[in-house]
Amino acid sequence: MKRVSKKLSCYSSDLFGVCSALYELGGLTVIHDASGCNSTYTTHDEPRWYDIPSMVYISALTESDAVMGNDSKLIEEICAAAKETKPNFIAITSSPLPMIMGTDLKGIAKLIEKRTGIPAFGFNTDGLKTYDKGISDALFKIAGRFCTREKFKTEKFSANIIGATPLDFSITGNIETLKKFFEKNGIEILSTWAMGSTLEEMAEGAAGADVNIVISASGIKAADYLKEKYGTPYVTGIPVGRKHSKDFIDMIKGRQYEAPVSIMPENITYGKTVIIAEPVFAESLRQCLYKDFGKTNVHIICPLSIHPDFLKNETQENFFTDEECEIEEIIKDADLVIADPLYKKICHKAFAAIPHEAYSGRIFRNEIPVFIGEAFCSWMEQFF
Amino acid sequence: MLINLREQNLPLKKISEIKSHPLFPPNLEYSSPARGKWTIAHLSMLIPDSYQIYIGAICCLRGVVLSAAEDGMMNRFSMIHIKDFDMIDTSMENFVIDGVTEILNGTEKLPPSVLIFTTCIHHFVACDMKLVLRRLKEKFSGTDFTECFMTPTMRKKMAPDDMMRKQLYAALEPVDKKNNSVNIIGNCFALKKTSDIFLLLKENGFSVKDICTCKNYHEYKRMAESTLNIFSVPSAKAAATELEQRLNQECLYLPASYTFPEIEKYLNLIAARMNLKNFCGFKTLSEYIEEKKNHLTEKIREVKKTIGNTPIAIDITATTRPFNMGRLLLENDFNLFRIYADAVSPDDMEDFEWIKNNFPETEVHAVTDYRCRFTSTPPELCGKTIIAIGQKAAHFLNTDNFVNMIENDGEWGFAASFNLMENIYDAFKNKKDMRSIVQIKAWGCMA
Repeated sequence: MKRVSKKLSCYSSDLFGVCSALYELGGLTVIHDASGCNSTYTTHDEPRWYDIPSMVYISALTESDAVMGNDSKLIEEICAAAKETKPNFIAITSSPLPMIMGTDLKGIAKLIEKRTGIPAFGFNTDGLKTYDKGISDALFKIAGRFCTREKFKTEKFSANIIGATPLDFSITGNIETLKKFFEKNGIEILSTWAMGSTLEEMAEGAAGADVNIVISASGIKAADYLKEKYGTPYVTGIPVGRKHSKDFIDMIKGRQYEAPVSIMPENITYGKTVIIAEPVFAESLRQCLYKDFGKTNVHIICPLSIHPDFLKNETQENFFTDEECEIEEIIKDADLVIADPLYKKICHKAFAAIPHEAYSGRIFRNEIPVFIGEAFCSWMEQFF
Repeated sequence: MLINLREQNLPLKKISEIKSHPLFPPNLEYSSPARGKWTIAHLSMLIPDSYQIYIGAICCLRGVVLSAAEDGMMNRFSMIHIKDFDMIDTSMENFVIDGVTEILNGTEKLPPSVLIFTTCIHHFVACDMKLVLRRLKEKFSGTDFTECFMTPTMRKKMAPDDMMRKQLYAALEPVDKKNNSVNIIGNCFALKKTSDIFLLLKENGFSVKDICTCKNYHEYKRMAESTLNIFSVPSAKAAATELEQRLNQECLYLPASYTFPEIEKYLNLIAARMNLKNFCGFKTLSEYIEEKKNHLTEKIREVKKTIGNTPIAIDITATTRPFNMGRLLLENDFNLFRIYADAVSPDDMEDFEWIKNNFPETEVHAVTDYRCRFTSTPPELCGKTIIAIGQKAAHFLNTDNFVNMIENDGEWGFAASFNLMENIYDAFKNKKDMRSIVQIKAWGCMA
């Protein structure tokens, strides 16, 4: 039966995606919920909570306020906190109950902005969708609201990295390695959306970059916006492995900015491999498996809300599902499954565990490999 | 990126300035990284051999499934995800019945107990859970089904924590009573065998049952044989009341206590209620109490001599009686400078007033107010040893000298105060890895 998870976990949700994307930008983010969501987010989905101060709070919604539609408590408390803490912006996200009650978070945000003079956004999250949708909406809002500079040209060839959050990349060195990788290859990184950059750096970078590098499907919507506003092209992918990393750099520096296309030959000669992961990472990993290891029969299961076009091609069968029963069926004849360790419970053959913070939270954080560049090949070799 | 609120309005008051309750007005709430307190996901696992099924949105499920995964309890855990169209297109009752049926049909051996957790969504769409449980019982007659609640929005009548502690005992059924059998209910840690209650009950031939020590479901069910339920945390009151009405088990509230007169009062109460005749080698209860007092007094003197005027803070997650614990410390000249709490329980009100009247400079600091995000070690204490009792106090004060204690730690009576003194001494002498320890969810809950 669909919807049943007998053995598996679930992905982080859309409202936590919003919180994660906005975490380092100096805003005041409020989850409109009773309680519990804040604790879940800050325990399992936010590895920066202990060390990097940020204002993410919960509204402590009550039954009577929900039923009676009493939004004034929420508005008053946010305005009071904003007055005291002077955030760069205010973001309000919703758990399932306000969504059921039809709470108009966008209207509430407008009212708060009018009262405080601080930019305010309401996100129509419902806690039912996966985190990528929330990150996507948050980055898109930031682009639309704060990227107001005129286009300018930097001296060096430059880029922004878009779609970086700990939910996909954790805090174990992948983002730092990625930046170094690009810098080493002559690409100046102006900003990283949204880890390690300020709101000002992101706005500046948006106007100045030659290209945007989208490293998760959550970054596509913001990159599309920046392409329309500034004419900045974007490329989607992560430099995973030896040959794919080189191809990726060549593609960017050669200004060939097509979205990655699966280039698997039709003549399949190797055993079946299935990757269950965030789609941009999954596709980049597939490129690595093909180019560095000659694996051609590689399929991707995308269990998230955003289904990017590059996975909808005819050369290789991919799957869009988060249903345990369907995933179990797809992987039953796979010779190798590459996924978060918590998927191992339904995998009975070879398994390569790449922990994904958005799935298993903090449990396996110390086991997340650095998958950027050539070094990843030696990690991957153990499975072949 | 955050502005410094230090000079502004931190959620901190001198106790003498507090004129009304709750201590701090409702506000946006902050979640501290100190995670030691148990949640419904952990408490429910106390029922031996039970299986948990949660039904809800992924934002609600994520916290509980990862709690189960972190504690190695995924073999007792499944979920049913709700998606937006399920709320429109589906009969929620059939959705739950079909999902639970599929999960149970997939188990190697049917569990004797299944806890089904509904979420706020079910109650707002008026899902008929009585029907659901009836149908499931028809299908799986050998299994006890208990409805449990992950409904934090509906906390007006009963807090989720209280509700969970009540439902822990919902599967107990009427059986013949045994007069010498007594239950300890509502705790997340088993009552320690060194506690006065345990010692005196055992000495007088009582069998003491506690869900925390039940090895299997059969042992758990035998808790229904007891004639009395003793509880010491206020959140177990609903459980005790329900069992009194449903199973005719009397209840006795013996709140966690640290001060001499209160412990003495409750020991006299239990001695009279249980008609105790034996007092661990002493002729009378008074003699037993006198000996315990002397022993504790000596320990207090010894610890005070060692730690001197070292500042101490207590938080509400360490004990259900922070003001009573604080009173013990202040009465014995310890330098208690701060208590972290958002509210004062009725049990603690007398002690709160006593501190207010006798030590008006004592500070009270909020725990969940949004401004807690900005709090840190008071400037005058930076670089000095501070002893925190409880994880939140340790985190807020950034001290490794702390007593790692959750919800009274299974302690009660003179032994509780004695062990508190030993733990304060240990915290003074030995640092702990506070950062790592406090981030572990539900301290002490492991498969």
